[in-house]
Amino acid sequence: MSSEWFVRIITEYWPMFIRGAGITLFISIIGTLIGSLIGLVIGVIRTVPVPERGAKRILLKVINGLLAAYIEFFRGTPMIVQAMVIFYGAAIAFDIHMNRLFAAIFVVSINTGAYMAEIVRGGIISVDKGQFEAAHAIGMNHIQTMTNVVLPQAIRNILPATGNEFVINIKDTSVLNVISVTELYFQTKSIAGNNFRYFEAFFIACIIYFIMTFTVTRILRYIERRMDGPETFTLNQMQVATPEDLLRLDQKTK
Amino acid sequence: MEKIIEVQHLNKRFGDNEVLKDINFSVHKGEVVCIIGSSGSGKSTLLRCINLLEKPTGGRIIYKGKNILDDKHNVYQYRQKLGMVFQQFNLFNNHNALSNCVVGQVKLLKRSRAEAEEVAMKYLRVVGMEQYIHAKPKQLSGGQKQRVAIARALSMEPDVMLFDEPTSALDPEMVGEVLKVMKELAESGLTMLVVTHEMGFAKEVSDRVVFMDQGVIAEEGPPEQIFNSPIQERTREFLKRTLNQ
Ligand SMILES: Nc1ncnc2c1ncn2[C@@H]1O[C@H](COP(=O)(O)OP(=O)(O)OP(=O)(O)O)[C@@H](O)[C@H]1O
Ligand SMILES: [Mg+2]
Repeated sequence: MSSEWFVRIITEYWPMFIRGAGITLFISIIGTLIGSLIGLVIGVIRTVPVPERGAKRILLKVINGLLAAYIEFFRGTPMIVQAMVIFYGAAIAFDIHMNRLFAAIFVVSINTGAYMAEIVRGGIISVDKGQFEAAHAIGMNHIQTMTNVVLPQAIRNILPATGNEFVINIKDTSVLNVISVTELYFQTKSIAGNNFRYFEAFFIACIIYFIMTFTVTRILRYIERRMDGPETFTLNQMQVATPEDLLRLDQKTK
Repeated sequence: MEKIIEVQHLNKRFGDNEVLKDINFSVHKGEVVCIIGSSGSGKSTLLRCINLLEKPTGGRIIYKGKNILDDKHNVYQYRQKLGMVFQQFNLFNNHNALSNCVVGQVKLLKRSRAEAEEVAMKYLRVVGMEQYIHAKPKQLSGGQKQRVAIARALSMEPDVMLFDEPTSALDPEMVGEVLKVMKELAESGLTMLVVTHEMGFAKEVSDRVVFMDQGVIAEEGPPEQIFNSPIQERTREFLKRTLNQ
């Protein structure tokens, strides 16, 4: 090992590293976003109160069963295997030759979706029951309750877990090299193979991965703080005081 | 007098536990009815059955001439017409005080935001919380939260307000401010159904008092009757127990 090799590899191959890192980020951002959306929708469906009887009850039970199967299956198998099965399976069974990048985003999305569905469900359940009741009491249906009251609170609560999924995705896209997606790991492997400089090439990749995950973690912390809003509030003094108000304030100061 | 809500032969069981047994009573327009009774007698359950937070297992609830327990009745529109105030306030934590009073109007009553804010301000002023419109629930005291919760319910301009022990979760020094608001509302002619342990309030403010015991209405009548010359033995015993505390 020598520092010369680091310098050589960086100066010669930096565009490949950057492109690889770009693809890695692209797949994990899009995959996490789509996966979160899948998780959100499934989480909401899985918390719909099941009616006591009727066709709706049966329909909901069937949907919930299918969703549970999806979640269990994708959480219970490695993404690297899912990638192979989906990419080559689609080619053999349906004669669909997927674009590799598309296949990568597809695999990461449905995989993240399976995890996020459970995270979202946990986030929804952890919102105080009184919030649901107050929303129902005012006349909101399930969807209105979710969008106006519960999800904003649930999303805030699951933000750390979602960030965690994002970080995991940045790292785990490396397994997609098995379907030859030109993400960072795949690029690094080519670079290393060209020069037989495995340590140097992968050490650089290591640092790039770390910079990406660290930056993402910082940005998410910032977003969390932003969502929490200011600690204090300002009193509203813009209104015209009515005699009763003055009376009330007067009584309060006594 | 026009009946706003009429409960007929209402029954509610949780599994084998029959919590409400053949309840019959009604609330008339402009009336203030207080429900009193010992813990576990089914007061909250009755209130929650009336706005369908719990599904009754039998009987009828007549609102505007229709049984709202019919399957085809629109539950959501019915609930908009009943304002509910909870013991635990249950303000929407992700909304500030003003927004708590606005969101239902905009999303459910389809009012414009400007109109909704005007209505909300009107009722926040009624409860004396107009200064705190920018505060999030966690920044308010219990009494302040409950007053905003009352304004939120009023902003929907309901036909009747339901209160489930609105002061029970409050520190003693905050009970007064909430009761005062409720008294003002009662005097303004609002129709109110109030579950309460505040006997002074029930005596002073209500037009009619309902005493519940073990899932049935044991006695019902004007406050003078219930508090001064109750007919039933168990009413007398309950009052003796609570007033001696
Ligand atoms: N969700 C529920 N599941 C099962 N049992 C319940 C449920 N809610 C209430 N009960 C039971 O119903 C009975 C009446 O409860 P309820 O809350 O209506 O009493 P309450 O009169 O409001 O009492 P308190 O003054 O303590 O609030 C109790 O025995 C209670 O255990
Ligand atoms: Mg109760």
